[in-house]
Amino acid sequence: MKTPPPQPPLGPGIPSTSGADFLTTKLDVAVQWAQSNSLWPMPFGTACCAIEFMSVVSSHYDLARFGAEVVRFSPRQADLLIVAGTVVDKLAPVLKKVYDQMSEPKWVISMGVCASTGGFYRAYHVVQGIDEIVPVDVYVAGCPPTPENLIHGIMELQKMIQSGELARHRASKTFVPIRVGTDPDLSIPAYSDGVMAHMTGKKELPQIGVTAESELGAKAKADAGEGHR
Amino acid sequence: MSATLTRPSLSFAPVLEQKLKGRVTVEERPAHDIATLVTDAATLKEAALFLRDDPAAAYDLFLDLASVDRSKLPGHATGKDARFQANYILYSTRRNEHLRLRVNLPAKDPAVPSLTGVWPAANWFEREAWDLMGIRFDGHPNLQRLLTHNGFVGHALRKDYDKGQRWLCTEEDLLQTELAAKTDDPADMFETMTLNFGPSHPTTHGTLRVVMRVDGEKIVAAESECGYLHRCFEKMSETHTWVQVIPYTDRLNYCSPMINGNGYALAVEKMLGIDVPPRAKAARTVLNEFSRIMDHLVCIGANLVDLGALTNFWYAFQPREEIYGLLEACCGARLTSSYARIGGLAKDVPDNFVEWSRSLLPTIRDRIADIDGLITKNKIAWNRLRGTGVVTKEQAIAWGFTGPSLRASGVPYDVRKDKPYEMYGDVDFDVPIATEGDNFARYIVRMEEMRQSMRIIEQILARFPKGPVNSDDYRVILPPKEMVYNEMEGLIYHFKLVFEGVKVPAGEIYSFTEGANGELGYSLVSDGSGFPYRVKVRPPCFPLFAAFEKIIKGGMVSDAVATLGLLNIIAGELDR
Repeated sequence: MKTPPPQPPLGPGIPSTSGADFLTTKLDVAVQWAQSNSLWPMPFGTACCAIEFMSVVSSHYDLARFGAEVVRFSPRQADLLIVAGTVVDKLAPVLKKVYDQMSEPKWVISMGVCASTGGFYRAYHVVQGIDEIVPVDVYVAGCPPTPENLIHGIMELQKMIQSGELARHRASKTFVPIRVGTDPDLSIPAYSDGVMAHMTGKKELPQIGVTAESELGAKAKADAGEGHR
Repeated sequence: MSATLTRPSLSFAPVLEQKLKGRVTVEERPAHDIATLVTDAATLKEAALFLRDDPAAAYDLFLDLASVDRSKLPGHATGKDARFQANYILYSTRRNEHLRLRVNLPAKDPAVPSLTGVWPAANWFEREAWDLMGIRFDGHPNLQRLLTHNGFVGHALRKDYDKGQRWLCTEEDLLQTELAAKTDDPADMFETMTLNFGPSHPTTHGTLRVVMRVDGEKIVAAESECGYLHRCFEKMSETHTWVQVIPYTDRLNYCSPMINGNGYALAVEKMLGIDVPPRAKAARTVLNEFSRIMDHLVCIGANLVDLGALTNFWYAFQPREEIYGLLEACCGARLTSSYARIGGLAKDVPDNFVEWSRSLLPTIRDRIADIDGLITKNKIAWNRLRGTGVVTKEQAIAWGFTGPSLRASGVPYDVRKDKPYEMYGDVDFDVPIATEGDNFARYIVRMEEMRQSMRIIEQILARFPKGPVNSDDYRVILPPKEMVYNEMEGLIYHFKLVFEGVKVPAGEIYSFTEGANGELGYSLVSDGSGFPYRVKVRPPCFPLFAAFEKIIKGGMVSDAVATLGLLNIIAGELDR
């Protein structure tokens, strides 16, 4: 009997079965392949980046080409959280809640420098990177990122999902948010002398930022009885 | 008073001075700034009532409250001079005049009577001043924090507040608003429920929040809240040089960044007393109008998505992409252009700017016609937009509206027409108004404004000037390289500008331009150093969103969605 010519593989990790109407693969690989090509994004758009996100889903850049056009505004229906824009302290509990409401498996793209690091808002009301609150899989640079850049970020995420890299990473490490759910008396300096507040969330933390201004904060707090809240 | 003679707009001042026995005085201001009256906290309310009601004054529109902490100004004597200033910016729609009403306040317990009873628009501005500057407003109905969260301690814009001092915000802090709405009126508690709307909700476009009490689908009471994008623009500006502030201004109203940068540059140029060449003025005007079109397209496109008309979104975004191409050629960025500079533009426009700009107009016109054909006579759009979100002329003025929302209620105030700047005085265009004040009026006014913007663009392109785009004042613009290499003076200018930045003479200004959503004002204070001492923006969205809870009361939840979209609240400039 003559053997048919060899066919190219159907996908990463999925070999061709040379014309037969079945294929053999591992379940993990098949699921990852399916997941990566059908991402349902939930845009957590807050600022300028959200406008660029709109451009990405519009006809010109057409995110549908990457299987990620089903934009959901309910976290319960989405598996990809795209945080587009600055997240401020007041919004931080909201972001945490939205993330917690998504069911596994879930991924997070931090779009733009504000979401990634606080950007050039190194200030009293801005979260210095959403990885203070939620674990991030892909950071996309730019202020705001060009649509090409965001598409690149999504393609990178697809690759990471397909290779199983993210699943292994999740299994090996537990993420601890530093701010939400910790002691409400805690005040965290955004930075002092270039040292960022670090990821522990313990009572000793404010010591990092002891400056003249911190004393001022303590004084203001002592006055809080006069109706500061 | 000699100053009253130099300012014809202050013809009423002698009467006021006499009536209040000299407790109101006219402050001499340079010609580039607006007229200013000074009073004290005890007289403020009386003076305010006079200014609103006297027919020779008639300041009916409350525009802004700019507070200043003067403690770090050179020459300030601690304990002797007044530390705080509250500057009320007022406008008379009938006389087309601006006025600043200034109150000086001591360092210890600065307090003034609340003006919410005189101008309802003052409500949120006073809350903001309390939140960020710690000025107390006696008699204010709800003097709570507005922009920062409830866990915040201290007042961030005071000069002794560390710009990086953050405070933890917990979920309980956010729930306080909801609780407040619940106890609003015990009589309404029967068979009504609290509905939290936002901040993460598709129609709030990111970061707006409204807590409603609903009876079925009818809104009985509502409380709106902002601050979910308060990213400290004003504090950040104080830590950067005058030119470095321009990228921050781009991110105020990120749907039309050119307009913000232009308004800021214009304000600083006025303080410096310099003029920009005609080519820069023309380029700024053209790009302003393109930005206005982009802003209105986002507003209409995104709002129609909220109403279920998705196709229009694609129609609206296609011309935006093409305008982005032009902006990218000018400055290298699509959205955050940072193109305006103090004294001109970052660089000259591309060689084919005129042809390129002209070639965009047919596409824009076609897409607007497409949206027009789908929506303007559409039965569903009529049902959703007509008669919903109605704001009468009197309400719009009392609530401090400006821009398309004010014009949709029948007040023809447009800074471009009434106080022309750049090239707006030299072109022929109409200011569209509507009288219904409902959502449909706001839609139709924006549609017509885009056509008028194209008219302005066409006229300027027809006589686009040649020549330099930057002022030859080397205090603000780097001298050409030949001069730097060959002349001592050129080298000095270059050195000083690179190392010290633009130095704006000590002083103060309120400068205003027409943003896409209304009057965009900058209250700037300079102490003569290379950094702004105080930058206060008058964001057009702020009074619009403050009034939102009043507009939607008594209506349906679905109408609130339509109203929110067509007021076009942009969180970046709302919260700054």
